Amino acid sequence: MNALLVKLLVQRIGLACLSLLAVSVLVFAITGVLPGDAAQEQLGQEATPESLAALRAQMGLDVPAHQRYLGWLGGLVRGDLGVSSTTQLPVAELIASRLPNSLLLAAVTALFSVPIALALGISAAVWRGSWFDRAASTGAVAVVSVPEFLVATLAVLIFAVQLKWLPALSYLSSIESLGQLLRAFAMPVLTLTCVIVAQMMRMTRAAVIDQLEAPYIEMVQLKGASPLRTVLAHALPNAVGPIANAVALSLSYLLGGVIIVETIFNYPGIAKLMVDGVTQRDIPLVQACAMLFCAGYLILVTTADLCGIVANPRLRHR
Amino acid sequence: MTDRKALDALVGPEESERLFGALQRGAKRRDVLAMLMAGGMQATLAGGLATLATTAHAQAPRKGGRITVATNASGVNDTLDPAKQSNQTDYCRGFMFYNGLTVLDGSLTPRPQLAEEFTTQDAKTWVFKLRKDVTFHDGKPLTPADVVFSIMRHKDAATASRAKVLADQIESVTASGPNEVTFRLTSANADLPVILGTYHFHIVKAGTTDFNAGIGTGPYKVKEFKPGVRSIAVRNENYWKPGRPYLDEIELVGITDESARVNALLAGQLDLVQAVSPRSIDRVTATGKHAVYETKSVSYTNLIMRRDSSPGSNPDFVLAMKYLFNREQLLKSIQLGRGVVANDQPIATSNRFYLKGLPQRPYDPEKAKWHLQKANLGSAAIPVVASPAATNSVEMALVMQYAAKQIGLNLDVKRMPADGYWSTHWMKHPVGFGNVNARPSADLALTLFFKSDAPWNEAAWKNEKFDQLLVAARGEVDQAKRAQMYADMQVLVSNEGGIGIPMFISSLDGHNGKLKGLSQIPISGMMGSSFAEHVWLDA
Repeated sequence: MNALLVKLLVQRIGLACLSLLAVSVLVFAITGVLPGDAAQEQLGQEATPESLAALRAQMGLDVPAHQRYLGWLGGLVRGDLGVSSTTQLPVAELIASRLPNSLLLAAVTALFSVPIALALGISAAVWRGSWFDRAASTGAVAVVSVPEFLVATLAVLIFAVQLKWLPALSYLSSIESLGQLLRAFAMPVLTLTCVIVAQMMRMTRAAVIDQLEAPYIEMVQLKGASPLRTVLAHALPNAVGPIANAVALSLSYLLGGVIIVETIFNYPGIAKLMVDGVTQRDIPLVQACAMLFCAGYLILVTTADLCGIVANPRLRHR
Repeated sequence: MTDRKALDALVGPEESERLFGALQRGAKRRDVLAMLMAGGMQATLAGGLATLATTAHAQAPRKGGRITVATNASGVNDTLDPAKQSNQTDYCRGFMFYNGLTVLDGSLTPRPQLAEEFTTQDAKTWVFKLRKDVTFHDGKPLTPADVVFSIMRHKDAATASRAKVLADQIESVTASGPNEVTFRLTSANADLPVILGTYHFHIVKAGTTDFNAGIGTGPYKVKEFKPGVRSIAVRNENYWKPGRPYLDEIELVGITDESARVNALLAGQLDLVQAVSPRSIDRVTATGKHAVYETKSVSYTNLIMRRDSSPGSNPDFVLAMKYLFNREQLLKSIQLGRGVVANDQPIATSNRFYLKGLPQRPYDPEKAKWHLQKANLGSAAIPVVASPAATNSVEMALVMQYAAKQIGLNLDVKRMPADGYWSTHWMKHPVGFGNVNARPSADLALTLFFKSDAPWNEAAWKNEKFDQLLVAARGEVDQAKRAQMYADMQVLVSNEGGIGIPMFISSLDGHNGKLKGLSQIPISGMMGSSFAEHVWLDA
């Protein structure tokens, strides 16, 4: 079983590296197709041909694209993410200033949303067809159908503007204590939870129901196991694979897809950094962010697969 | 504020605003008196009014306090390098940490700042005398070498300055005394002190290469600066202006989403927010604790009719379109009245060279129809390109389309996406829309957009007489003669130019009612980005 795991892990890491390489080529090519370059973006309307040429030379944009790409790739292999063409600061430094924020927000959101989603999903599966199941399923669909900017704006209007319980912005220097931090995080976490909980909950429900209808569960029930034991000890381990995958997919969204929440709550995360990079045509920055999101996604999905294998008795004992 | 109301009633709100603005920027009673008498007012009357204005203003600024401010743009390209600053977020920071040689007042007239006085004989050679008591944030005194460095770096292509085009007219800047610099220009320009009062020409320390520390002579020092996140400015205790600034600390963040800015203002987390939509005014003022400050004429959105291609090559078509603007209605329905009706000439009412006497072109469908028939363009639909990138242009185009239909003209409104509009559509269609921000001088507004060979001559309008007047006015030091030339140019542009300007748009800033001291510097909102030094927080 350990040999199997190691083999799978090695395979996955190899594939992940290939995916990263493909993504880097793709992102580089796409940013190259965007109209204008970093020098034009920086000078804007005031650009003159000579100042453009000087700035391009400063930014290293006068080198042919393939050479720039190879140079960047060489740096990446050595662990050097390069220098941002807009700010002239090391990309690693820019990312280091934002990544902890994003990870903190993602972690707090995961801490709230995953247990809620799993509890709702399993309960809905056990009591499938009941009023609870219908209410939870319909509620989840309703919540996920509301765009997050609306959820966020409504939350701000109610809790910040009207009731004044919570701050409307999440990142200001006035945050000094843990209590303030929790208050500042309440609305972004609520909004993100609304977005990701539905998918996890419905996948959990479907996967558990799938197992509950299998013949072996009938056997378990005939043997006299309690409903709780039937679900937790027998059905759930077999359903972990698809559930872990749904969780991984939802969590991967928390890293790069939260631009709307970052914008509305003025939270300086990594998604906004990448959008800045795109609007400024800052290719080293965009590349680094893309690599980071892609790597995060691959790690999450691979972990989910491993969880599925480790938890699944049939795969484990093969 | 009853004295203020009395003053409004006596001299009208605009003049009252002008006097009040001057007082808030530090003018004394005798300055107000001079302002009033310069307008031809009798001495005794002016004396009474000046007293009234000073009493109304007597509510003393309070020292201390901390505010949080949100502008509408922010990104990793935020910079404290004056040469590279590109949006209001940057400019606001520029005015916190730096000073210029001059500063622009409420009528965009240049006033002494780091320069004690500036003189010229021919508008080609300028002598600036520097203040003696000024030090940078790190304690180094201001010297002519700093000024030479700060100005000359714009001319170096490697600096990649956004003001390079403006700086290219400066031939040299030299230290001509222990506290004096001399500018030599390639050709006469009476507006040099105006240009030097803008943000790109802020004075930095000679030899600076890393601008992130924001070492300037300005009213605040950098405590924290994170591009794309926020800046925290703390009071410069050694500021050379006695008693200034008032606030202890200003935190500045950029928030792109308008409703997020307004909500955070209403929730009490922000004290001043830039660019409130006219549609949010009621929400802001409804609390009774917040207010909206209007800065008139910070930009205009204009209809461009290219004179080098059909149908704009036909002067009757151009006139017909100008008569088709229902200007009052456009202003009322699109901007909810927050603006000023314009007259197809680009100099705003707040500018000292604005021509008051130009008869207002009315909405006149009959006249439009007459011109249209004379133009004889046939019945084919005329495409009009608009985009959300040019503020309000889509709405304007739709209103015009309806008006045109009434006289049998078929306009085909083509709506383009905002992204890439300026590089791919602006000035590239026979009929389309543009949007122009207020410029600090009449010369700049006209040179950039109307001179025959200007790269942004939006309508490709070529007029030799205009070009001659433009160069002559730039070098003219006699104010009266200069004003006459600008008047002639405004008449030319309004009657013959290929652009229609229906209105000037106001900038609206929302603020906490306790924040006092805002006045107009009509180049952009937030006192032309220079609010930091002037505002205070009431107890």
